[in-house]
Amino acid sequence: MTKLPRWADVVLVPLICLVIAFSGVLIAAIGQSPLQAISIMISGSLGSTYAWGHTLYYATNFIFTGLAVSIAFQASLFNIGGEGQATLGGLGVALAMVFIPWGHWVFALFGTMVFSMVLGGAWALIPAWLQAKRGSHIVITTMMFNFIAYALMNYLLVNILRPTGSMDPATARFDASLNLPKLGEMLTAIGLPFSTKTPANIMFPIAILLAVGVWALLWHTRLGYAIRAFGKQERAAVYAGIDPVKITLYALVLSGALSGLMAVNAVHGQAHRLVLNSVEGAGFIGIAVALMGRNHPFGIVLASVLFGFLYQGGAQLALGTSIPREVITVLQALVILFTGALPYMVQRPLEKLFARGPK
Amino acid sequence: MDYASLIQILDSTFRLSTPLLFACLAGLYSERAGIFDIGLEGKMLVAAFAAACGAVLTGEAWLGLLFGLGASLLFAGIHGLASITFRGNQLISGVAINFFASGLTVVLGASWFGLGGQTPALQGAARLEPTPLLDLFGLDDAGPLVKLVLGHGILVYVALLCVPLTWWLLYRTRFGLRLRAVGENPAAVDTAGVSVTGLRYGAVMITGVLCGLAGAYMSLGLSAGFLKEMTAGRGYIALAALIFAKWKPVPALYACLLFGFLDAISIRYQNIDIGVFVIPVQFTQALPYILTVIILAGFVGKAIPPRAGGEPYVKER
Repeated sequence: MTKLPRWADVVLVPLICLVIAFSGVLIAAIGQSPLQAISIMISGSLGSTYAWGHTLYYATNFIFTGLAVSIAFQASLFNIGGEGQATLGGLGVALAMVFIPWGHWVFALFGTMVFSMVLGGAWALIPAWLQAKRGSHIVITTMMFNFIAYALMNYLLVNILRPTGSMDPATARFDASLNLPKLGEMLTAIGLPFSTKTPANIMFPIAILLAVGVWALLWHTRLGYAIRAFGKQERAAVYAGIDPVKITLYALVLSGALSGLMAVNAVHGQAHRLVLNSVEGAGFIGIAVALMGRNHPFGIVLASVLFGFLYQGGAQLALGTSIPREVITVLQALVILFTGALPYMVQRPLEKLFARGPK
Repeated sequence: MDYASLIQILDSTFRLSTPLLFACLAGLYSERAGIFDIGLEGKMLVAAFAAACGAVLTGEAWLGLLFGLGASLLFAGIHGLASITFRGNQLISGVAINFFASGLTVVLGASWFGLGGQTPALQGAARLEPTPLLDLFGLDDAGPLVKLVLGHGILVYVALLCVPLTWWLLYRTRFGLRLRAVGENPAAVDTAGVSVTGLRYGAVMITGVLCGLAGAYMSLGLSAGFLKEMTAGRGYIALAALIFAKWKPVPALYACLLFGFLDAISIRYQNIDIGVFVIPVQFTQALPYILTVIILAGFVGKAIPPRAGGEPYVKER
């Protein structure tokens, strides 16, 4: 079989066309103008620094969860528990902020990052251990752990963390002096005018740094090599002396810790208190982002910004037209379907096309 | 707990177990044939939506049911196409199907009915009859025990009948033998001259029909119309029940009754005070998942999935 040229291997182009065409058809089918919809989405998510601030805030969430999914994917493990791990990460943030007087936001940021990574990682550790030692299927256990996490969070917020006298199942507001600096404030300080009324915060540059870190880890360290080798050919990796139990644990705990970090952005950076559904599906979007970004940190950052655009654009769409924001869920499903489950459908005809062409 | 509330809880156990049982058996056919299906939830949801739309449109519950079956079969077809013909990742395809259903039902529902994603409430003939057997035998003022046994919609009994039917089909027919074989060792089935693709598509279509029944029962029988995200994770509970039952039909019945019972309890009681300490309602809600993880971990009997599950079959060349 002829190999595809490098540029055509990036099946994203035909794919994006397909997905966009389909959503255009869907929007037209429910009697709305696809062109008007796309212009609302673009102006609402990219048209001003205010809009960009929201887009980048969502993108930050997706970078964390996307990296989380991809690091497990590299070891051929499908972690769909990002939702639960990020929920636990949120619990970590809340515990750190409610019970410890940090004094300065720098310490608070350090604290919430550590707490969220530890709890997110721990929530992945149990399924990881069950997969490595008992052979329980990681997809099923992480899925079950999503539901268990939700029930646990529900219990804790309703019965324990809720301040007395409050009806709302949420923690008290965190100390406002410990709020993270906003992206707008940081950019304005260095002379770039950027809206300060947006939720994007210091976690966005941290997420970018982390993406570089994950890239370095995967392609320039011993552990990263072991994770990738284990993912490519498990038996060969074991023969080469790589411990399958250790690699499974490392890959999944790292994955859980990255998911947990998403909560620092959402809970510490934006909501300033822990509410019941603080993750809002970002754990699942991580799957779409990782697939679309082809499991590469650079691709994941790009895919996250694209999904940030869709998310913010979808919210604007729901405000400005009668198109519900669930249109984005449909888009997300199509991205997952075509990049994750149907890659051969797009690839095979292309390969045939190139096999037939001039040699 | 007094007699009356016990009867009430058992009564709702039957009703709440029915969609679980349909979906669980649906998953059983698919997974026994070697196709993992975590898209049960999505198929149920789209079927519930299509059934309610059909019932609104025609005013006939049974026509609505057909709509539901059609939608579920369509989604099962997508899953089949992705995982059999195009040899894609079955788990990812299932995830995609769940999102597709969850988004599509709201987008279409909101634009067709303008009620924020739900269908208008169904009345009269547009709903499945709640107590056809009681009406048939003229037992409207029978005792609570008779009502507990006979006072359910037809689909409840269909679901219960599906259990022995599945058992017979799986263990006593040629189709069943081949279905189980294709999930364990598809190469052997292929060598025997039987089409792996055909069998797997067959199984996936049966899954579609059963998920369709599960969803239609939810919107036409259990409640009167479609609500946004109305399946509320029942597809995942059904999957948990399937693992809990170790992919066998009769244990699947017990698992679904148990999980339905837990559901009934958590709806009726908030926190259960058993004297020593209080069991919070969230624990009852999470119990199916916790039990499944324990079973999966192999601490209480090992749950071993069909061996060829999740792997696309590639003919030798």
